[in-house]
Amino acid sequence: MKLTLKIWRQENADTKGRLETYNIDGIEEDMSFLEMLDVLNDKLVREGTEPVEFDHDCREGICGACSLMINGEPHGPDKLITTCQLHMRRFNDGDTIVIEPFRAKAFPIIKDLIVDRSAFDRIQQAGGYISVNTSGNTIDANSIPIEKDKADMSFNAATCIGCGACVASCKNASAMLFTSAKVSQFALLPQGEVEAADRVLNMVNQMDKEGFGNCTNTGACEVECPKGISLENIARMNREYLSASVAG
Amino acid sequence: MKILEDKIPGGPLAEKWTKHKNSINLVNPANKRNIDVIVVGTGLAGASASATLAELGYNVKTFCFQDSPRRAHSIAAQGGINASKNYQGDGDSDYRLFYDTVKGGDYRSREANVYRLAEVSGNIIDQCVAQGVPFAREYGGLLDNRSFGGVLVSRTFYAKGQTGQQLLLGAYSAMNRQINRGKIKSYTRHEMMDLVLIDGKARGIIARDMVSGEIERHSAHAVVLATGGYGNVFFLSTNAMGSNVTAAWRVHKKGAFFANPCFTQIHPTCIPVSGELQSKLTLMSESLRNDGRIWVPAKKADAEAIRAGKLKPTEIAEEDRDYYLERRYPAFGNLVPRDVASRAAKERCDAGHGVNKTGEAVYLDFASAIERYGKEKAYTSGIQNPTKEQIKKLGDEVIEAKYGNLFAMYEKIIDENPYNTPMMIYPAVHYTMGGLWVDYNLMTTIPGCYATGEANFSDHGANRLGASALMQGLADGYFVLPYTIGDYLADDIRTGPISTDDKAFEEAEQSVKSQLQSLIDVKGDLPVDYFHKKLGKIMWNKCGMSRNEKELKEAIDEISELRKEFYSNVKVTGSVDSKNSELEKAFRVADFLELGELFAKDALDRNESCGGHFREEYQTEDGEALRDDKNYRYVSAWEYKGEPKDAVLHKEELVYENIELKTRSYK
Repeated sequence: MKLTLKIWRQENADTKGRLETYNIDGIEEDMSFLEMLDVLNDKLVREGTEPVEFDHDCREGICGACSLMINGEPHGPDKLITTCQLHMRRFNDGDTIVIEPFRAKAFPIIKDLIVDRSAFDRIQQAGGYISVNTSGNTIDANSIPIEKDKADMSFNAATCIGCGACVASCKNASAMLFTSAKVSQFALLPQGEVEAADRVLNMVNQMDKEGFGNCTNTGACEVECPKGISLENIARMNREYLSASVAG
Repeated sequence: MKILEDKIPGGPLAEKWTKHKNSINLVNPANKRNIDVIVVGTGLAGASASATLAELGYNVKTFCFQDSPRRAHSIAAQGGINASKNYQGDGDSDYRLFYDTVKGGDYRSREANVYRLAEVSGNIIDQCVAQGVPFAREYGGLLDNRSFGGVLVSRTFYAKGQTGQQLLLGAYSAMNRQINRGKIKSYTRHEMMDLVLIDGKARGIIARDMVSGEIERHSAHAVVLATGGYGNVFFLSTNAMGSNVTAAWRVHKKGAFFANPCFTQIHPTCIPVSGELQSKLTLMSESLRNDGRIWVPAKKADAEAIRAGKLKPTEIAEEDRDYYLERRYPAFGNLVPRDVASRAAKERCDAGHGVNKTGEAVYLDFASAIERYGKEKAYTSGIQNPTKEQIKKLGDEVIEAKYGNLFAMYEKIIDENPYNTPMMIYPAVHYTMGGLWVDYNLMTTIPGCYATGEANFSDHGANRLGASALMQGLADGYFVLPYTIGDYLADDIRTGPISTDDKAFEEAEQSVKSQLQSLIDVKGDLPVDYFHKKLGKIMWNKCGMSRNEKELKEAIDEISELRKEFYSNVKVTGSVDSKNSELEKAFRVADFLELGELFAKDALDRNESCGGHFREEYQTEDGEALRDDKNYRYVSAWEYKGEPKDAVLHKEELVYENIELKTRSYK
């Protein structure tokens, strides 16, 4: 198939960017979206032009490196997948596809389609852990039974891949879904209860410091999340935050 | 002095590790504050080691090329992690895990290392649960287990099809806690470019900031490489696009021996190659072989009709299907080890029974599992005389709960629903058992330079069993290296900070800068990927699932020729001092082009078949691997001497005191 691509090009954080138009041919249905970009880049390099920079690594939907706003939607038109899992059979011959980076004040552009998502790391560093040292003598793994439903809910929250689609889809660029997923994972487990109050206060505090916007419950994040992280996590985090604030 | 000092402690096998821990040097907590350790790579082995070293009091600097430590490729591991907890009461023990691993590795791994691995495996599960890793549980609230290939017990702990993700996020959270305490400084989007040696000891690295392009000097008292495997030498593999050998290869060029490079795991259940422009392959977890049955049409005519699109797999009668693993290996059936399953798939496809367009695919079929589970579920739900549709629906639900994310991944890529038609799968490069040679302390032949996880060679012999990579990464990082490294660092308590002004840093930095510039200066006609794909084809065709003398010799010549062409005709756009993914790739492919040749040389030297290394000249009458314990019961450790062809072979004889060497049989 033949496609027209309009791609955001930007040298670095300090320069102005622009949409450039590229025409591309020979794209097969079975190719992934990123393989389509590989074909474009191969062509650009052969012509002596700098290729389009984009983040990607595992190409199987789990590392969370790939991003991209495709025709205005994070990770493209399909639900519950990342950009690397999007296949060209989803598009038609002759389509025009607009490709932009995830945009948010807290995600400054590094180059072209690559943004800096290290704010997510700093939120995790502020409290996204259980304070247990490594030793060969922690208690036996089966000494605290955990209700299967709770363990499964904790697991579902923990499947967040930290891609930032929630932020990119939100009109306020809020990071509530991301932060609440980690808070929930631990809040649902007996191991996480001990530090629950400090954890939620520190993580939310860091989230605010990074310049993410507030949550106005539009639910766009849940719709666009490639892992289906539920809005219930935000409700849980709000409860945790409230009780921690009152207790503190 | 022996060139390869394995430092394996004496005494009975089960007491070696405890004895060793009691006798090695310790560094007191006050002195640890004055010692710096660099850890390169933040996968399971790197993140766990960094966190533990920092908890112990060392100052740690971590490096990863990804934008966050959480994205290291351990994240993609699906099926599970082994541990000899014996929670299922099915007779498991440290000894059984040890025995299965040595046997699974076709008797080419070190007894003492593997026993230690089994010994600490239970601690890993305890540690991860304490960190909040949400493993799968049964209704009673206790941890669930499943089975993996090559074993007869259920010892695999899992978190749906995302076990690697959950374990890595656990290790990442432990790292984050130490970053928050100021004990770890994390450098992301940084690539290690070279190792710096001062007086023969590893004292730092040269790294490139991949955003600014700046070349940086970082010093430390010891350097740990947790940089993963080199499967991407094949271009197409299940590895992440960025996985590379550069850090390990640079260390090798600085004097560390590279062990068993030809021991590569070709995983039997991956989604088949679809086209020439494909960039990577996707694994379908081995856990699927708990419930999926592998088959091809017994009649060649049926296979041809399927390839031509005239017949559907569901239309082939039961008696016309060849469940070749169940037929050839009745004792282990579909759960034979990976190397055996891969070769058997290749054998059937080569014989003309392959089922996709290219003839390089076999079926992984869930129909009988869906029916079995559906009937069970109907019975327990009190449904009398369930209809076929009811059974199918209930069965689908059970399968979805177990493997839902894998089925969804498959459907996205192939555009077929695996609940209704069998999956098509084919073997693909997945893991490398070979790696940097290390002693019992996980130190390479360079003093102060360590290698952990997939980057080293020590635990899996010639074939790794499923769910053992996660176990080894975390064992090395949480429970082995943090203690063994103290033995070396005890001599450094008075050394003080290492200065980056040393001329060794200056020289290494200049050398890296000129190599980068020279890649841009070639100004040839062909992109980096052209060379990488060409190398991959040579490797897959001549150093892949089966190898022979003639083709290995051809591979050596072709790779050496390709390397020359690379340096005269590669085209790298952009500049050295900015974000430049073409330059990053070029620097990595340059190293793959050297490693590939050593790989073929190693395969040529090993005149036997063992594990994943199958030499066509050495097989039994029924096509099984034929080992030669008399002449090849050794680890090949290669010393760098300029060109790969000049590498010098050193042999570490493998001694088996606790296990009798036998022909591996899964029949």
